[in-house]
Amino acid sequence: MIDSPLTHAMKPTKEALAIDEYEDAGGYAALRTAVTEMTPFDVTAAVTDSNLRGRGGAGFPTGKKWSFVPPPGKRTGAAYLVVNADEMEPGTFKDRLLLEQNPHLVLEGALAAAFAIQAQTVYVFVRWAYAKAAQRLTKAIIEAQRRGYIGDNVLGSKFCVRVHVHTSHGRYLCGEETGLLNALEGKRASPRSKPPFPQVVGLLGRPTVVNNVETLCNIPPILRNGAAWFKALSKTGDSGTKLYGASGRVNAPGLWELPMGTTPREIIEKHAGGMKSGYNLRGFLPGGASTDFLTDRHLDVPMDFDAMQKAGSRLGTGTMIVLDDRTCPVAMVHNLVTFFARESCGWCTPCRDGLPWTQNILADIEQGRGRPEDLDRLELHCKLLGPGRTFCALAPGAVEPLQSALKYFREDFERHITEKRCPYKH
Amino acid sequence: MLTQEERAAISEGCDSSPSARAAAPHALGAVQASRGWISDESLSDIAEFLHMTPAELDSIATFYNRIYRSPVGRHVILLCDSVSCWIMDYEYLLNHLLTKLGISGFGETTKDGMFTLLPSACLGACDHAPAMMVDRELFGDLTRQSIDTIIDQYRIKDGDRRTAQSPLATGRKEQ
Ligand SMILES: Cc1cc2nc3c(=O)[nH]c(=O)nc-3n(C[C@H](O)[C@H](O)[C@H](O)COP(=O)(O)O)c2cc1C
Ligand code: SF4
Ligand code: FES
Repeated sequence: MIDSPLTHAMKPTKEALAIDEYEDAGGYAALRTAVTEMTPFDVTAAVTDSNLRGRGGAGFPTGKKWSFVPPPGKRTGAAYLVVNADEMEPGTFKDRLLLEQNPHLVLEGALAAAFAIQAQTVYVFVRWAYAKAAQRLTKAIIEAQRRGYIGDNVLGSKFCVRVHVHTSHGRYLCGEETGLLNALEGKRASPRSKPPFPQVVGLLGRPTVVNNVETLCNIPPILRNGAAWFKALSKTGDSGTKLYGASGRVNAPGLWELPMGTTPREIIEKHAGGMKSGYNLRGFLPGGASTDFLTDRHLDVPMDFDAMQKAGSRLGTGTMIVLDDRTCPVAMVHNLVTFFARESCGWCTPCRDGLPWTQNILADIEQGRGRPEDLDRLELHCKLLGPGRTFCALAPGAVEPLQSALKYFREDFERHITEKRCPYKH
Repeated sequence: MLTQEERAAISEGCDSSPSARAAAPHALGAVQASRGWISDESLSDIAEFLHMTPAELDSIATFYNRIYRSPVGRHVILLCDSVSCWIMDYEYLLNHLLTKLGISGFGETTKDGMFTLLPSACLGACDHAPAMMVDRELFGDLTRQSIDTIIDQYRIKDGDRRTAQSPLATGRKEQ
């Protein structure tokens, strides 16, 4: 059986799989089975059994998310399925691969999800920078319409569905699920308060499920091969495979579909070809810019949701950013916080004012103007911007790398302050 | 005044959006595609077309990074300044790019109005850091040499198009 269901059929030329090629590799069989032989409830149950957790960063169980959508008898009017293809987390480039090279897999997953929650409309929310992805997806939609996978009475069933591609105009908040819904409604992409959750009150006030691209790509293989197979793909308790990535000063930066729970050591040493010569590993952000630093002590911790959390970080998007020993950790955190300060939507005070403040303190330290009390002030900001104190998860995510840098690279901060210069600059 | 084509492009967006006013960002994008940026006048015209106030539409226009409320050059260069590109020393390339373009920082446009340089958050090409986009085209694994080649090619391409379009050039061809 296939052990890399998301990527095995992709072409070495990096072109998109055309619909014939996708069908030859078993594509759209899962959708056919779903709409002709299963009930929406069966599909949700199969996904719940598989123990699939969301690949957008938070790891929420997908089947459970779908089960919160009220069934047609208990709701009036439409429901929506939204594909989150806004990938903008710095250091993350995994959804691009799926969208560009296997657009029909994204579509089939979205269509099966729409069937499960009985939505008649799918929106694919694509980031502006992914113009090629949007173009290939649009072509795939036309191909799928011609074969009867999209439209009225899909494959002769009662299921009717339309798919639209929406290209965003850029802002990190567009990726946050409620910010995304506001963006789709043509508003500023500030987040909404939760509850009510989008599954009950979402797009235009209707029940809506927002799922990540990689999450949805797992649905067709789960429906085709079953929950037991999906669980067996993984090395740990979190099932399936994961698209892992590595960037920074490694020999072969890239992206690999590997069993869930693969270790950072294997990813860096085997797949990314190890550190570039002359550089040693100092630490890494396991899953994008908003995850806590881990260090060489954590190289054998499985990269899954639970183990990463226990180690003090998060799996996040699973695309790691490697910090080497010739790069200044203070400057790296300054770069990260600058991103978050710029992308803050300004809705709530701790984030709007706290992030620029943090950014200024870090700039001072980096440029040799820091004072010892600045470190206490940074620690305080990590608390004031932490979970539960802001309207959305941007600010808590922003301080994750900072709080862990203060823990693991404290002597670097202190040296900047006592030596009044960056020790990494010659 | 919006042109016929612009009106058509906006209406098309309205059709595939969940509601008419949901097309506001799309409408801004469509007009920007033909005019390069959104002037106060364009803003008022679009607002009227969508039955919104200009202030309401401006709150949307200013929220999104890729809607420009000031003039930009014919090509927009977006250099990634996020973490992986930073580790791979994009700042070194920035200095080279500034010299090459003869400008002194992000946000500036070259004298001939050809390029505007802007910073961008992660372009989702971190395995090919440092990366940049010129308009909708992505360039990765940048070096000083590859940047020179890219900029020169745009200059040649645009130069060709302009000579081809000028009446003088047509005249010459006819001879
Ligand atoms: C600031 C912010 C940005 C986010 N950006 C993205 C994104 O670009 N893509 C994504 O799939 N999820 C993103 N998320 C997570 C989404 O809110 C949401 O959890 C996810 O799309 C749910 O999909 P999943 O259950 O399939 O993982 C972001 C969250 C926050 C707080
Ligand atoms: S935490 Fe930041 S991004 Fe989130 S709502 Fe508050 S200001 Fe906006
Ligand atoms: S950090 Fe530059 S492309 Fe991702």
